[in-house]
Amino acid sequence: MKYLAIAAGVFCATAVAAETPELTVYTYDSFVSEWGPGPQIEKAFEQTCGCDLKLIGAGDGAALLARLKLEGARSDADVVLGLDTNLTQAALDTGLFAPSGVTAEYDLPMAWDDDTFVPYDWGYFAFVHNVGMDAPGDFRSLAASDAKIIIQDPRSSTPGLGLLLWVKSVYGDEAPEIWADLSDNIVTVTKGWSEAYGLFLEGEADMVLSYTTSPAYHLIAEEDDGKTAAVFDEGHYLQIEVAARLANSDQPELAETFLKFVVSDAFQSVIPTTNWMYPAVIPEAGLPAGFEKLSQPEKAHLVPSADATAVRDEALAEWLTALSQ
Amino acid sequence: MADGAQPVGHRAGLVAAVLVAALILGCLLAVFLRAETGRGMAAADWAGVRFTVVQAALSALFSGVLAVPLARALARRRFAGRRLLIALLGAPFILPVIVAVLGMLAVFGRNGWVSLMLGWLGLPPLQIYGLHGVVLAHVFFNLPLATRLILQGWQEIPAERFRLAAQLGAGPRAMWQLLELPMLRRVLPGVLAVIFAICLTSFAVALTLGGGPGATTIELAIYQAFRFDFDLARAAMLSCIQIVLTGCAALIALRVSRNDGFGSGLDRPVQRWDAAGIAARVLDGGIIVMAALFLLMPLAAIGLAGAPGLHLLPGSVVVATLNSLLVALASTGVTLLLSMPMAITIALGRGRAVELAGLLGLAASPLVIGTGLFIVIYPLADPFDLALPVTALVNAVMALPFALRILVPRAQQVVTRYGPLALSLDMAGGPFLRRVLLPRMRAQIGFAAGLSAALSMGDLGVIALFADPERATLPLQVYRLMGAYQMQAAAGAALLLLVLSMALFWSFDRGGRWHAEA
Repeated sequence: MKYLAIAAGVFCATAVAAETPELTVYTYDSFVSEWGPGPQIEKAFEQTCGCDLKLIGAGDGAALLARLKLEGARSDADVVLGLDTNLTQAALDTGLFAPSGVTAEYDLPMAWDDDTFVPYDWGYFAFVHNVGMDAPGDFRSLAASDAKIIIQDPRSSTPGLGLLLWVKSVYGDEAPEIWADLSDNIVTVTKGWSEAYGLFLEGEADMVLSYTTSPAYHLIAEEDDGKTAAVFDEGHYLQIEVAARLANSDQPELAETFLKFVVSDAFQSVIPTTNWMYPAVIPEAGLPAGFEKLSQPEKAHLVPSADATAVRDEALAEWLTALSQ
Repeated sequence: MADGAQPVGHRAGLVAAVLVAALILGCLLAVFLRAETGRGMAAADWAGVRFTVVQAALSALFSGVLAVPLARALARRRFAGRRLLIALLGAPFILPVIVAVLGMLAVFGRNGWVSLMLGWLGLPPLQIYGLHGVVLAHVFFNLPLATRLILQGWQEIPAERFRLAAQLGAGPRAMWQLLELPMLRRVLPGVLAVIFAICLTSFAVALTLGGGPGATTIELAIYQAFRFDFDLARAAMLSCIQIVLTGCAALIALRVSRNDGFGSGLDRPVQRWDAAGIAARVLDGGIIVMAALFLLMPLAAIGLAGAPGLHLLPGSVVVATLNSLLVALASTGVTLLLSMPMAITIALGRGRAVELAGLLGLAASPLVIGTGLFIVIYPLADPFDLALPVTALVNAVMALPFALRILVPRAQQVVTRYGPLALSLDMAGGPFLRRVLLPRMRAQIGFAAGLSAALSMGDLGVIALFADPERATLPLQVYRLMGAYQMQAAAGAALLLLVLSMALFWSFDRGGRWHAEA
């Protein structure tokens, strides 16, 4: 009898453990920080899923993919959240991802028809500057002006890569010429966004490469309307951030539930004032006050993800040649 | 020398050296083995290698050359606040890169204090970005370290030598030729090699101050190979180049450096009769003031920027601070456990390979080491659970070359001076260590421990590869705050980091007052 009781106890204990399954989501570092969306997302999802959501931060988008490649099929991750369209093809090529059945009425500047990756937010890259500056309206007039800019290195930073593809999308074969003309405007190239933005706030340059949504942070969190983003007539490059589930996940149903949650109101309403990006699906309550004041580009550019790697390599070679002179 | 003729054994040092080499080379090998075929080294990578060598050589040269007059001035003068100044001089070295760069640019940038003053005089702002900016930043980081190491060289010249030279009527010039120059010949090559090795793995400083992709270093190429192309073979290859370059520098340094010391004295305080002239006073004073301004202004900028942010610090910073302190203390312990036996082995004249092994930790790319450790640990355990121990271990190995530079000269002195006496008294092994060697090396051990602890506090190192939200260190938390637009809180956290690192350094260093006091 005694053994039976112990056996029953063990059995019950495992049953209890099995009742709260664990969903592991790999994402980028700033998502999980206490100022990022992470804590609120975790709370909201755990209220409905009856599970333990484990958010794990690993560098930025590109580092995230490298991490998954290192771990391969044995990875503990069930879902990855934080890749962007520049990385999705490379991610698909690993064969680690599984399609999802999630669909939604997306409020993206372009149509979305990918069955593996679920978009959760987006933004335009833009040069942010202080209000009062007579900002240039395109890359040519920026290059002709004596405005000083700080940009990020495309090899180590997501916005840096965005700028590279932005110039390439707009100017094609003329891109090297634009970069050569821009070289005397570039104060310096930094490793990541934080360095560049920090230097800009210290007054080291007139403009910094960031997002059209960056002024929203200053407006909403700091009640400072002194920053704005320059609108370029030729259009702005888009970043669409996506999530996807992994084929080898041991919680495929839960992973699918999480992806559905990603496009729901509970997730989307957290994004604007924590990730400081536009939500992929505008929540019922609309965007937070302040977002209507942001610069609105008229035209969006995005290299199709299938071409991203080839275009990226060509653009990087041109960029290195033009700026290493 | 046969084993029997020495008061202490050399085996422990060899074991420590083998452990360090196995760790670093094992990580490299793991990365190589995990690699798929990549595209191999590109022309741009070789351009990166060239730029890296040039900037590292220039940085080492300028740091070393400028440190000599500064160390001499500090060795010759006694003034109120000298100890504080010497302690503060250690600060740039231990700051997280991003903080130090922001501090430097607050002073020397286009919108910095110096440019502001130039503006009042109607002059254009300072042009800091370029190769000269990279070298300036590296001098800012490394001049203090070079100064401390060379200063120690000065203080290891026994007081009796200066006394004798003064009695024989030696003026400043003769003093320089007889005592100071030979000391520098012994100390300086090692110092230059260490600084060269640090600058080889520079990345964010070189890129930011270099002003563009022309300032691509090997470390950036590794970063690119890893996260842009996922070409692990190229990343490992590039790290091998870093190691080979460091190895060459170390071999040259060992060859050039002469090992004959000054014999020993009676540990009396040094008095300098040659430096009493008014010209020498003005010269030394001028050098000290200039250097203090150069090194302390950016620190002041960090303090001014951080003070208003201190009350904004979130609770997570407290956790990160505790993590950082734990990591720092653990890695200090490991550094001492590795470096003491290694220093003894080198002092016994069995040093070359051991000294090279000591440099490995500094020479290899942190990204490659971190990745290698990840590959090794992943099949065995969850790398996240081991984030803090792994960080402590890697930080310890990286601090090893500095600890060796500090410990080796003194260990040599003690072994040479007291070794034969101890043997004649049949006092060897444990008793020799406890009663002769360790008490006489207290000062150096304190300095090495302080530097190692402070370095570990400030280093971002491999934690960024392994960290999850609960296990951040303070430098990582500074980056996270910046990444979340919390620039003011980040500045506050950076100031906290600076103060804590200094406090750690100060408390360890106090254990041995003699070398900075003399």
